[in-house]
Amino acid sequence: MVDPLLIQLIINGLIVGALYGVVAMSFVLIYKASQVVNFAQGEFLLIGAWACWWIMTAHQVPFVWAMLLTFAFMLVLGVAIQVVVLRPLIGEPIISVIMVTIGLSIVFQALMKWMFGVFAQPFPPVFETQQINIGGVQIQTVYLMSLGISLFLMAGFAVFFKYSKYGLAMRATAFDQQVAQSLGISVKNVFAMAWAISAVVSSVAGVTVGIVNGVSSALSFYGIKVFPAVILGGLDSIAGAVIGGLIVGLLENLAQYVDGQYLHWGNLYEIAPFYVLIIILMIRPYGLFGTKDIERV
Amino acid sequence: MATHSLIPAGEYKTSYAADTTIFPTVTSRNAAILALILVACAPLVFDRYILSLMIQIGYLSIAALGLNILVGFTGQISIGHAAFFGFGAFSSAWLNNVHGIPVFFAIPLAGLMTTAAGLIFGLPAARLKGLYLAIATLAAQYILQDFFARASWFSGGVAGTVAYPFSIFGYAFDTDARYFYVVLSYMVLCFVLATNLMRSRDGRALVAVRDHYLSAEMMGINLTKYRTLSFGISAFFAGIGGALYAHYLQFVSVEGFTILFSIQFLGMIIIGGLGSIMGTILGTIFMVLLPEAMEWLTSSLAGGAIDRALSLKNNISYLREMAIGAVIVLFLMFEPDGLAHRWKQIKAYWKLYPFAH
Repeated sequence: MVDPLLIQLIINGLIVGALYGVVAMSFVLIYKASQVVNFAQGEFLLIGAWACWWIMTAHQVPFVWAMLLTFAFMLVLGVAIQVVVLRPLIGEPIISVIMVTIGLSIVFQALMKWMFGVFAQPFPPVFETQQINIGGVQIQTVYLMSLGISLFLMAGFAVFFKYSKYGLAMRATAFDQQVAQSLGISVKNVFAMAWAISAVVSSVAGVTVGIVNGVSSALSFYGIKVFPAVILGGLDSIAGAVIGGLIVGLLENLAQYVDGQYLHWGNLYEIAPFYVLIIILMIRPYGLFGTKDIERV
Repeated sequence: MATHSLIPAGEYKTSYAADTTIFPTVTSRNAAILALILVACAPLVFDRYILSLMIQIGYLSIAALGLNILVGFTGQISIGHAAFFGFGAFSSAWLNNVHGIPVFFAIPLAGLMTTAAGLIFGLPAARLKGLYLAIATLAAQYILQDFFARASWFSGGVAGTVAYPFSIFGYAFDTDARYFYVVLSYMVLCFVLATNLMRSRDGRALVAVRDHYLSAEMMGINLTKYRTLSFGISAFFAGIGGALYAHYLQFVSVEGFTILFSIQFLGMIIIGGLGSIMGTILGTIFMVLLPEAMEWLTSSLAGGAIDRALSLKNNISYLREMAIGAVIVLFLMFEPDGLAHRWKQIKAYWKLYPFAH
């Protein structure tokens, strides 16, 4: 007989993993389109969740409208960051670009703590029923919703890149910027669009986590957890990011199970993905699905 | 080769020794010696508060120097420097408390232990570069932080550990005025060491790896060796800085060595100037004085309308964090070469005054 706790943890892992997958996807989107490693991805979740929370609690706006307003805000924010901060840094060494996003993440994190405090704030209830029973396992409605939203976003990404004109333009830019430019694609717009989409999608993940766990600055840790996921999946593969996210989510929960049942080390849950990250970097740095860049002298 | 009092206009150098000399003129050498003597007089003049800031600048600049050798000279990125700084602090306390090694020897030994730890995490560094290395060191940061909290035999666990003051022949350097000289001598030693390293074959190899690693490899430079070496050197300086920090505070807690601290180190070398030894000191001074400046700013605004609207007083710690992030972003956007570059421009301006060109 399988331990019901294990089943519960695996389901948790899949749900959290799907969210990691969504965040990793939006991280990879920025990396693919503009070769910027965004260390402020977690802050997009944080800002999105706080914005939605603030609109809902301070102005009593219904959830759907609050969400739409949050999208609009994140769209503007994403474009603004790209245009104001990152556009002047095109062509600078990689350390500058990394540090600028790290700097931004610190500023945003401190600003959010300043504006909203350090304590977790519960979201106003969004659903009528709190729990439903599927096959004998109690699942919270919000978890189901988050899984649904994650799958919807992933499918949306797939359709967008496959069929829409802008998605194709983005793929062309990611493939070769000069060629894309000579075909009449505005690379500048593609960059801005990548940031905007990434910010909006991350904010969806942020709001979802906020509804489940309450909104707090702990949300920005998702931005760090994204690294094991994207390295596992391959830095420039969107499908890889999703799978990497799922694996990291499962791994975390399995580590928690093993730790709780057998090892009793404590805190293995938090740290296991980083050990995996180091191992992956040593044996297969381009990840499961990433492009292996060949360099020979 | 310091034979002139001024640099002659034009290139008259006939040997490599003349080209790589530390002090090109007698004046610059005398100025450096004079500056050192003036700094050494600081405990006679300043009060405890300013002295403690100067000591902070001392041990932080040693660690920042290590990071600058890694990032600025070799072009590798590390986001886990604070963890190595912490490792040095715990090692020195551990060597002294558990093994009874005198602090005098424990500090350099802690540097060596940190080098060993750095090399373990440096093994991936040998194969990785740029972004991947940054992510690997990010993982190192979290793994080491977890290790500090877990390994109570080494770090005292969550309770932290006591570090005894530095002493020679029973004379304890336990006040700020005395410890100042310990930090100052280490600082001079480390900076002379780093300057000379950069004048050597190995130092030039590091710069070559940064500038164009493919060409460097074709010139016969062993990339793996030099990438790992620079990681080790950087960890060594971090360890020394951390050990000095431990014996200054005489207590090391596991909470201090967060990723924000690592980013502060990166901020120091970016603000000071990547690949500039002089800039490392300038950047550290800037980073240490920044929170003090924020404190001064909020206290001067206290009671005013701005203070009441934003409740600055209660949120001073966030204000400090924001200032750190904001200066990093602003420096990268508007002064990417850092304070060292600005300093050169100011010197050039006065040298050429009143003619701009």
